[in-house]
Amino acid sequence: MRNIRSIYVPRRQVIRGLLATAAFGATSKLWTGCSSDSATSNSTTESGSGTGSSDQPLVLGFLYVGAKDDYGWSQAHALGVKEIGNLPGVKIVEQASVPETKDVQEVMRSMIDEDGATAIFPTSFGYFKPHILEMAKQYPAVQFFHCSTLWEAGMPENIGNYYADTDEGQFVAGRVAAQTTKTGKLGFVAAKPVNPVIRNINSFIMGARSVKPDVKIQVIFTGDWLEPVKEEQATNSLADQGVDVIGVHVDSPKVVIETAEKRKIFSSGYHADQTDLAPKGYLTGTTFYWAEFYKNYVDMIKAGKKVMDGSIPRVIQGSMKEKYIKLAPFGPAVSEAAKKDAEDAEAKIADGSLLVYTGEIKDNTGKVRIPKGTAYKMTDPVLDKIDWLAEGVQGSVS
Amino acid sequence: MAAEAIGWWGVPLGILAGTLRSSAPFLFVSLGECLTEKSGKINLGLEGTLLMGAMSAYAISYLGSEKWGMSPAASPWIGVLVAGCAGMVLGFIHAWLSQQPKVNDIAVGIAMIIFGSGVAFFLGKPFIQPQAPQLPFFELGRLMSNVPAVQSALQISPLFLIGVGLAPLMSWFFKSTRPGLFIRAVGDSPDAALAMGVSIKKVRMLCIIAGSFLAGIGGAYLSLVSPGSWNEGISSGQGLMAVALVIFARWNPVQCLWASLFFGGTQAVGPALQAVGVDSGIYLFNAAPYVLTLLIMIITCSPKRTLSGAPGALGTISG
Repeated sequence: MRNIRSIYVPRRQVIRGLLATAAFGATSKLWTGCSSDSATSNSTTESGSGTGSSDQPLVLGFLYVGAKDDYGWSQAHALGVKEIGNLPGVKIVEQASVPETKDVQEVMRSMIDEDGATAIFPTSFGYFKPHILEMAKQYPAVQFFHCSTLWEAGMPENIGNYYADTDEGQFVAGRVAAQTTKTGKLGFVAAKPVNPVIRNINSFIMGARSVKPDVKIQVIFTGDWLEPVKEEQATNSLADQGVDVIGVHVDSPKVVIETAEKRKIFSSGYHADQTDLAPKGYLTGTTFYWAEFYKNYVDMIKAGKKVMDGSIPRVIQGSMKEKYIKLAPFGPAVSEAAKKDAEDAEAKIADGSLLVYTGEIKDNTGKVRIPKGTAYKMTDPVLDKIDWLAEGVQGSVS
Repeated sequence: MAAEAIGWWGVPLGILAGTLRSSAPFLFVSLGECLTEKSGKINLGLEGTLLMGAMSAYAISYLGSEKWGMSPAASPWIGVLVAGCAGMVLGFIHAWLSQQPKVNDIAVGIAMIIFGSGVAFFLGKPFIQPQAPQLPFFELGRLMSNVPAVQSALQISPLFLIGVGLAPLMSWFFKSTRPGLFIRAVGDSPDAALAMGVSIKKVRMLCIIAGSFLAGIGGAYLSLVSPGSWNEGISSGQGLMAVALVIFARWNPVQCLWASLFFGGTQAVGPALQAVGVDSGIYLFNAAPYVLTLLIMIITCSPKRTLSGAPGALGTISG
């Protein structure tokens, strides 16, 4: 019975199969076939809008790796975008929770093809390679602005970079932490030992040791950007070891800050203002103010400037002086003296008389990394190569 | 001394705290999966159910106390209940789909992971930012010690105790009650069950729904006890690990309890060791649960016999 049945294929099944294949083909054609022809069609519309009509709104696409209200990286960006959304003649297209996979390319593609975006801002670090590089090649008329300093000569010309260095904010936050700690032991919950994270840990401890030279910091790497369970355990373990101020650099610092508050210790935040999460223990935090960047970009793009011909700078970078970085409002545990000290330090950083990376700086094995007499500005590319932990950090990058 | 750092004692204490704190989601999901698998079906979708439970518990706890005027003591408990019910809905979908003719329950389970997590992420968007009231703790540590680290480690959630109590209860249920016998019969030998006059479909339906209820409560533990927050990375694969854990525990509820405690504890090894300054091989320590699982699997497996304790009808596509 069975054999005969398997040889005989019912007509209905054949028709059904053919229909399914046809449907699949029709839908999948959108994904594979559009790489060449949509790029050309897009470049024509682009040139059309570039020459004349300014009554069409400027469409900007924004992609976030997390949720828009995660108290973290994505929230900081979304807050900035919210401010430019009200500007006349600007239309915002947003998508949150876009993983750093091929999905990014599809989202960017649909923003360009469907919504007519002429500038794309993919805000997560991991979107750059290979996704933005790939899309920038396919859509040479669209401008891509990536939040990093990753562009190098030889990469597509229509990619621009913007970045705010947080070292100065962390330095001042470290000073506040050192003046608040009673045990002299700080802690830091970090995601991965990569350059931006390492620099934040270093500048936090360098700030702290510029007040109290014997302060130490214990670092725990959780291994990934969003690991709520490990972040909670890390915070608890640090609290068990007598740490009483915790700094953080993970994608969403919510769990760390909340756990620190539960353990009745202090916390120093990152990305966005987290005062609401820890009304007692929150000291301050380094917060981004991306709206400054985005307003700037809107003005430039509206004026017809382009990153391709150099009228928009390839990299726009800044920090505290440009107000790209601010400190979150001080919590109740911060003493008046510490507040005054932080404001002084901020002023010194803004007028350039205080540079965070001023030698002599040793790493935590005792090796001199920045010799005496050398000082680096925040935008110095040497700083992007830092892969060592500063003196006073207990932890290792491997 | 008391307020000072506890040094190397932090490692065993951290592991103990991790065991008591983060093993409950494993426990609830693995007990739920154990019940499901005893009836002869696999529900891989519990990862999605876990996320759905976490989201709905957090949402109800927040909405209840902020918007609907419930007391902040009551709303988390209602959240737990709703999480269980949300799990039951997903469980019903899985049970109905996976019992259609020629449908593979593993394939349905994978679809349910994607469906459950998708729905949870979609509905959970507005609840990432607000803070929801949390479930209370039993402060056991306060009676035993005045070192803050010990006090914090020995904060025990009532939900965890319920889970611990449930494991032997379920074991007794399978061994000594009539419904337990029906479930085992359906799982081991559907034909025999049919001859006994037991409806295979009904038993499986009920088992999958009840199992998903437990998984939903496991999710509520994640968002209302530890880590006590809702975001899209909250489960980090714990639902899937718990399913594997059932095999590891040989379909025995009491062993599920030990296995869950073990997994919860090993998760804390990485952070606890880094806190005392052991910092080489971070990634290896963070992978400890998986490495240990592999090791134990290798030690306990034998080429000469098949998995003992596996329900006979598991993995077969029979009515």
